[in-house]
Amino acid sequence: MVAIPSRHKSLALLAAVLIAQLLLLAVQIKRDSRGRLIRVWAVTAVSPFERSGAWGLGKIGGVWNHYFALTSTSRENEALRVENDSLKLTISQLQSKAAEADRLSALLNFRHSQTKVPMVTARVIGASAGTASRIVEIDRGERDGIRRNLAVITPDGAVGKVIEVYRDTAQVLLLTDKEGGVGAMLVESRIQGPVGGTGEPLLTMKYVATDDKVNVGEKVVTSGMDKIFPRDIPVGTVQEVKPGNPFKQIWLRPAARLERLEEVIILLTQESVDFTKESETPATPASTSSTATNPANASAPTAPAVNGEKP
Amino acid sequence: MNETYELRSAESHIEVHKFYPGAIGGVAIVALVLQAMVPVYFPGFRILDLPLLLTIYFGLSRRNPSTGLLLGMVIGLLQDSLSGPTVPLGYYGIAKTCIGYLASSIGARLDTEHPAARLALIMGFFVTHQAILVLIRRLLLAQPERWFDVRLAIAATVNAVLGTVLFLVLDRLRRNS
Repeated sequence: MVAIPSRHKSLALLAAVLIAQLLLLAVQIKRDSRGRLIRVWAVTAVSPFERSGAWGLGKIGGVWNHYFALTSTSRENEALRVENDSLKLTISQLQSKAAEADRLSALLNFRHSQTKVPMVTARVIGASAGTASRIVEIDRGERDGIRRNLAVITPDGAVGKVIEVYRDTAQVLLLTDKEGGVGAMLVESRIQGPVGGTGEPLLTMKYVATDDKVNVGEKVVTSGMDKIFPRDIPVGTVQEVKPGNPFKQIWLRPAARLERLEEVIILLTQESVDFTKESETPATPASTSSTATNPANASAPTAPAVNGEKP
Repeated sequence: MNETYELRSAESHIEVHKFYPGAIGGVAIVALVLQAMVPVYFPGFRILDLPLLLTIYFGLSRRNPSTGLLLGMVIGLLQDSLSGPTVPLGYYGIAKTCIGYLASSIGARLDTEHPAARLALIMGFFVTHQAILVLIRRLLLAQPERWFDVRLAIAATVNAVLGTVLFLVLDRLRRNS
């Protein structure tokens, strides 16, 4: 038998390993298989470390914030007191306006419907291990009722959707991922279009015709058309608009702080249509109603008093 | 006689380094956990590619192409597994296999102990790694991916500088021959 020189052995091994991985890639593309078994092993092996790391960092952060970083606490307290007074005044004004709106438009009691929307809070314990994707890992999984394609939000706005679920953890695809996206609409003009990620901190809104008017600073909210997110959850704010043919190039700054997520809310229902139906009443500003009921919309932009969406 | 010692005899001035048992696996796991966890609290950490730096370091130190490419493959596949279902298994795996092979092949021919040499090598490997990723995206996955830009240059520089420091720390894991 002819002996293979050692350098050729390593070259042959390189070729074999590369071919095996190319085949693995090809199988995943062809069959849309995602190698779940390998991923489950890897995530199961690593998530306990992430969980304990997050716990440890949380404790260290807590000790630091509560015992060492107190130099500006007094000033912050004073500022918070002033802010609290101002907020109380604002709340009282809003309550008055809400009561008026109730009388005029026979608004349904959305606080009641809010309790019907099951949601779970989760802590972010990990992120993508590379720059090729924008995902975060949360400490809730199948045992907590998490399923794929559930909407994930924060009080500031939409975050993404659950893309993979394990026993105790799940992975969330952020809106900024190249494959992330959400059905959205501009608040003022009610123009609809999908908002997607580019792998960068900003989002893009697609398929908005050049003739349509879009203002910088305009708010964008979910349209509910993707059957994942309920309507009127803030998505972002228009930061830049460039003319294009036939569509504009629109860049949005996400409403939620996607680069610095620590806790998120998972809406445990995919029946966004039902959720939306409850918030649609005759002569009722739909988005305002939803804002009043959904904690995710605490900072939602004020929508114009029009009915429904653009067809 | 194994390949390592053949290389040693051919390049007698280049020393093959060995590590304490479990050091390579332990450091690789720690790197992957840090890579997945730290960006949650410090988003800027995302610019670092710790698994790549480890692949380069152990490739350059062990100087055995077979070990280097296999280690690169394992680290790359684990990174794929932890990057979510949108990253196919093999994406980082292929890139790091090539880098592991190249690093150990170069390590067998050059003295890579000097920090300046390490700095240049890390930068070169980082750019090569990125080029392989772009090729995989474009040719195999048929997805758009940008070529080199300013941010990549910054990332390469940051990884090279911090990698050189990291290598000095990792040198302490070497077993005295």
